[in-house]
Amino acid sequence: MTDLASYNFAYLDEQTKRMIRRAILKAIAIPGYQVPFASREMPMPYGWGTGGVQVTASIIGPDDILKVIDQGADDTTNAVSIRAFFEKVANVAVTTHTKEATIIQTRHRIPEQKLGEGQVLVYQVPIPEPLRFLEPRETETRKMHALEEYGLMHVKLYEDIARNGRISTTYAYPVKVAGRYVMDPSPTPKFDNPKMHMSDALQLFGAGREKRIYAVPPYTDVVSLDFEDHPFEIQKFEQPCALCGARGVYLDEVVLDDKGGRMFVCSDTDHCEERREEGHTGEMPSQEAAE
Amino acid sequence: MYVAVKGGETAIRNAHRLLADRRRGDRTLPSVTIEQIVEQLGLAVDRVMAEASLYDRPLAALAVRQSRGDLIEAIFLLRAYRTTLPRFGTSVPIDTAKMLVERRVSATYKDLPGGQLLGPTFDYTHRLLDPSLIADTPVEEPERREATGDAVMRVADILAHEGLIESDGEFPEDHQAGDITREPMEFPMPRDLRLQSLARGDEGFLLALGYSTQRGYGRTHPFVGEIRIGEVEVEIEVPELGFSVSLGRIQVTECQMVNQFKGSAKAPPQFTRGYGLIFGQSERKAMSMSLVDRALRAEEFGEDITAPAQDEEFVISHSDNVQATGFVEHLKLPHYVDFQAELALVRKMRADIEAARNGDNPMQEAAE
Amino acid sequence: MTDTPLLKVNSVSKFYGQRIGCKDVSFDLWPGEVLAIVGESGSGKTTLLNCISTRLMPTAGSVEYRMRDGNFRDLYHMGEAERRFLMRTDWGFVHQNPADGLRMTVSAGANVGERLMAVGDRHYGKIRDTASDWLTRVEIGTDRIDDQPRAFSGGMRQRLQIARNLVTNPRLVFMDEPTGGLDVSVQARLLDLVRGLVNDLGLAAIIVTHDLAVARLLSHRMMVMKDGFVIEHGLTDRVLDDPREPYTQLLVSSILQV
Repeated sequence: MTDLASYNFAYLDEQTKRMIRRAILKAIAIPGYQVPFASREMPMPYGWGTGGVQVTASIIGPDDILKVIDQGADDTTNAVSIRAFFEKVANVAVTTHTKEATIIQTRHRIPEQKLGEGQVLVYQVPIPEPLRFLEPRETETRKMHALEEYGLMHVKLYEDIARNGRISTTYAYPVKVAGRYVMDPSPTPKFDNPKMHMSDALQLFGAGREKRIYAVPPYTDVVSLDFEDHPFEIQKFEQPCALCGARGVYLDEVVLDDKGGRMFVCSDTDHCEERREEGHTGEMPSQEAAE
Repeated sequence: MYVAVKGGETAIRNAHRLLADRRRGDRTLPSVTIEQIVEQLGLAVDRVMAEASLYDRPLAALAVRQSRGDLIEAIFLLRAYRTTLPRFGTSVPIDTAKMLVERRVSATYKDLPGGQLLGPTFDYTHRLLDPSLIADTPVEEPERREATGDAVMRVADILAHEGLIESDGEFPEDHQAGDITREPMEFPMPRDLRLQSLARGDEGFLLALGYSTQRGYGRTHPFVGEIRIGEVEVEIEVPELGFSVSLGRIQVTECQMVNQFKGSAKAPPQFTRGYGLIFGQSERKAMSMSLVDRALRAEEFGEDITAPAQDEEFVISHSDNVQATGFVEHLKLPHYVDFQAELALVRKMRADIEAARNGDNPMQEAAE
Repeated sequence: MTDTPLLKVNSVSKFYGQRIGCKDVSFDLWPGEVLAIVGESGSGKTTLLNCISTRLMPTAGSVEYRMRDGNFRDLYHMGEAERRFLMRTDWGFVHQNPADGLRMTVSAGANVGERLMAVGDRHYGKIRDTASDWLTRVEIGTDRIDDQPRAFSGGMRQRLQIARNLVTNPRLVFMDEPTGGLDVSVQARLLDLVRGLVNDLGLAAIIVTHDLAVARLLSHRMMVMKDGFVIEHGLTDRVLDDPREPYTQLLVSSILQV
């Protein structure tokens, strides 16, 4: 009971890392295909990023620079916690700057800044199976993927339009990868889907509880499912970021009071800070100056 | 000026400090020791060992203490530790027929060789709160008798001797026992992996499923052939030596459920089995496990699969409480990016309907 | 009708252990031809239908199907992907219980449109127009297009199931007691509808029924099954008006008594 805390570099033992790397290589070789892997119990709860953490732990080296975001922000509690975990067990350099990072682990967002070659984006995935809510059985969904039977996916989109006048899927919006597998991009808003297409960076997806790894290699087609007459569209925000004035980025709504007062600010905190450092401002700081 | 909430690291640090404070509680009271937990909360310790799949009482007790008595949290702690341990090999199957029995009851025979041994059971205690426990009055020594040294015959073996029960299930000679903690799960699952999953499955979940089979959701006509609790030898084969060496003894609870018979004009009828085996003392879990094991064999016996307890993918996918609690509790993590997406959509749709109602902009999209 | 059959069934047998499901059944089916398989329950007619439609693998025998390119393919040696594709494009299967063939929690429009989407149609408006057209053809009001079949009567559900099957213009449709669960007046309307569609579309069909009236109304030819064997086979009018086997005579007389 005395030598409880002697862990390997990046927590996982080397055999486990090797097993996960093999799964990753297979996933890269078959873009969008969900590779089963023997997910380990991690010292953080299932559903809190254990898949992403295992992927990161398997690819990280002492020279890597790690960035961890949750909801686009570096300072959300779970991002802080995962970053602290890797600082502790791998003693790697960490950063909040997107362009400095070699590995970015994310939950629910893709950074606004275009990722480059050599960068790896690791997604935390709760439910890897895009067909799960149409067909709960693993045995059946695997067959549907194998036989490329994806009609049901469009039935779901058809129902959206019939009922709501538009495709009402706003996040975890299904995509087809390299013209073959339908894939769940994890619960990122559909706003981020276009960033996955022909990305310069390697995208890896880890689902710990469901024990699946999948990947989109660099420069791969990623097409959001849609209808010709109801084409895929991303969210548009009417106003720019209240802090940095950015347009064409994803915004968080911040409630200011109980009288309907609200403001919209960048969800990507690093992007917002960099813009403000460059001198961009939104309406909120200038209001303060006028008061 | 809007100031974004920062300082996640400080917040987390302070939260953990407060947690440590609450765990310790009133400092004027002595801290509960690992030994006290092992000795006096033994069944909690056993449950943690069983569902963490790690037989180590002091570590399980540490986990119970660290988790403030939240047993699922304790199981989680112990499992996260277990996963970092190297695996040296697989033990020889334990032989429960050679068990040093502390409790042994059968519901199928009034008396049998070895007798009915009640052992340390809550059965037949009147559930009246006992004020003498408040004062910590001395407790009598238990009644003891010399062990005969004879192996206590298993009820299933008595039935098997007459051919009245199906055989224990055979695997081919070259079958390697699977390991659900090392290989990805795939359905349909062989019975060895299924039993492994059930052995570490949540006691409450298995109890509810076992109960449901009794109420008609997948009936199996169970009789408790035998429940035995006691110590067995764990041996490991060392290839260099050519024989097996004992690693020590562990306490286990085994339940052999004797179920509905099967047969046909050609094959004479035999009872079928449901099996449960758990680390430590946990009769409730071993019994539930054996009910669910038998229910999950529905397909093997050509029974209709109509009830939740018979549905392998459903049962096995949802029996792990560490997975379940993680995913249920992850809902409290921030989801505001996705919520924002839904919020914007609902606002837009409401605006469209409002506009249509005012007649200034018929819902063109929807009418297309 | 052309000179080449659409389907060639050769000595199909299915055993369940020692028990015979169906034994040594052979026949050819021509394009546009409707064949009724009649018999009492337990006679093996549904087993045979399931074997021919590859929903069940037979113990022995082969079934060849003439693909759209004119070549015959052995169905039992086809890959699963190809067979499933065939089943959802060139074939239809109408179940006795509509709930087995429909998605009950998906709108009528999507039920009809699913096969189109499965084969790659990606224009919502056109899919909806086609669905709407098919609902009209099976006498379901187009105002019901967004309703779920849960809200439909038994007869409507069965008509919806037929529309869902015919939307890809299949050449062959299997029907298992299509009027089974319906009351008599609803049955008559459905039979009229099926007869009209089969004629208009030039469909080949294999219909399993215990009801000789259904066979009389819909089929060109019929096979009578008993204990897994085909005991009589011929043009429907001939079999019904001049049955040769004593068992068939009994069946026919029992219906005439009604």
